[in-house]
Amino acid sequence: MILTLKDVNTYYGTSHVLQDISLDVDTAEVVALLGRNGVGKTTTLRSIMGLTPPKSGSIVFNGQEVQGRPPYALASLGIAYMPDDLRIFPDLTCEENLEIAARVAKRSGYWNKSRVHELFPVLNTRRKQKGLNMSGGEKKMLSLGRALMANPDLVLLDEPSEGLAPLIVRMLADVINTIRGHEVTVLLADQNLRFCRRVCDRGHIIEKGRMVHSDTMEGIMSTERVVKEYLAL
Amino acid sequence: MLESLIHVCLAGLSKGMFIWLVASGLTLIFGVLGVLNFAHGSFYMLGAYFCYTLLSMFSDNFWLGLALGPLCVCAVGFVVERFFLRYVYHLHLPYQLLLTFAFVIIFDNLVKILWGGGSIGSPTVTGMAGSVSIAGRLFPTYSLFIMAVGPLVALGLWLMLEKTWAGRIIRAASSDREMASALGVRVPALYTGVFVFGTWLGAMGGGLAVPYVGLLTPGMGEGIIIDAFVVAVIGGLGSLKGAFLGALIIGLLSSFGTRFIPSFDMFLIFILMAGVLLWRPQGFFGEAS
Repeated sequence: MILTLKDVNTYYGTSHVLQDISLDVDTAEVVALLGRNGVGKTTTLRSIMGLTPPKSGSIVFNGQEVQGRPPYALASLGIAYMPDDLRIFPDLTCEENLEIAARVAKRSGYWNKSRVHELFPVLNTRRKQKGLNMSGGEKKMLSLGRALMANPDLVLLDEPSEGLAPLIVRMLADVINTIRGHEVTVLLADQNLRFCRRVCDRGHIIEKGRMVHSDTMEGIMSTERVVKEYLAL
Repeated sequence: MLESLIHVCLAGLSKGMFIWLVASGLTLIFGVLGVLNFAHGSFYMLGAYFCYTLLSMFSDNFWLGLALGPLCVCAVGFVVERFFLRYVYHLHLPYQLLLTFAFVIIFDNLVKILWGGGSIGSPTVTGMAGSVSIAGRLFPTYSLFIMAVGPLVALGLWLMLEKTWAGRIIRAASSDREMASALGVRVPALYTGVFVFGTWLGAMGGGLAVPYVGLLTPGMGEGIIIDAFVVAVIGGLGSLKGAFLGALIIGLLSSFGTRFIPSFDMFLIFILMAGVLLWRPQGFFGEAS
């Protein structure tokens, strides 16, 4: 297992957002966090990344207990994060947004600027564009590309398919398959079940801050009760 | 009349450049750390006193004092950020103001203990003690030198922020510290670095002021910090471009005020600030919130 969460409890102020969340992700697997809006998927990813540190519980990454470490320490251990609001640095160019990730993470591996440009050719044509002036779709590619530039072992993707046209969602599925092909493990939170079914091996379903069901994607999709109770909109 | 106007302008520009030197550090620290550092004026004062002491140790070599003095103040800035300010970032702004204001009082008294409460006459700089004739009147060479230093500092800062990776990382962290941290930027270390650099800028201002102001007094930081605050506010908090422009305006305004309506000298500056805040609360280059 590359990542194991055990009994993770996270609070926003006094509100108990994650309640005893346990989950695991295997190396080179693509795993989905499923559930409706506001159930704690984003908070789970933020807890792993150290952005909203849990109050209790254990997070083991690559055999190391990492709970309580600051985000920058996790980044250098090999976790990268694409937030749902993308968080492109508005003042830096497209190219600088990519390079900064490689520079500060100081990890080497398959991914570099030209490999990311191969994956998203539009980022090459927008090289000198300021982050501020990029479209939503471009920002999404840039945010994902930036995460890869750090050469992570694990990427956390928050709502990768959200707001994308169906054709682009299909492209994104190919991209995620390419990423996993280069031994990057993916944990993503998404509400698009068709997309998740296409790219994910397994899914963990969260409901009101608790883990309620874990299974293979096929298993989840074929259990009508689970889909109806936790996932149907 | 024209000669007089030229000289009022020159005096205003050199004063403006002083305010800019102090305001640049203040603005950089606010832009990146989000802290309004009242003690920045104290760093200016300490810069002046350290330079003065060092230059008298090194047989009146002003440049050696100027090179070493601000570095000593950087050590002070490091202690302030690393062991005090760091613990109040997560608190509301008033706590940060209170803490930095406490340092103003501490440093003022420290200077009184170490250097005495009276004022100290400052030495002249070899080669720059004289004046040059401009438009038929004498203008201090040293003031011309300051007018050259100000834009050089501005250019240096711009190059550092725009063209180096350290600068890009600073800009990234100041626009989104959480995302910068998630990418691997050691934000606490970066904050310390920026604070110490800002301290150095303020202390350089103080060091350069030694021959300019003529007298060193405990509390000499307070006057300049108020000017620097006004400049930072009208330029747009956190905007270096705004601080540069603001410093030029305040320098010129106060120079013209002193010359033509001396009794309203300070008044004019605050009228301008009130006007700018009414017309554009975020300042010239600030972002509307």
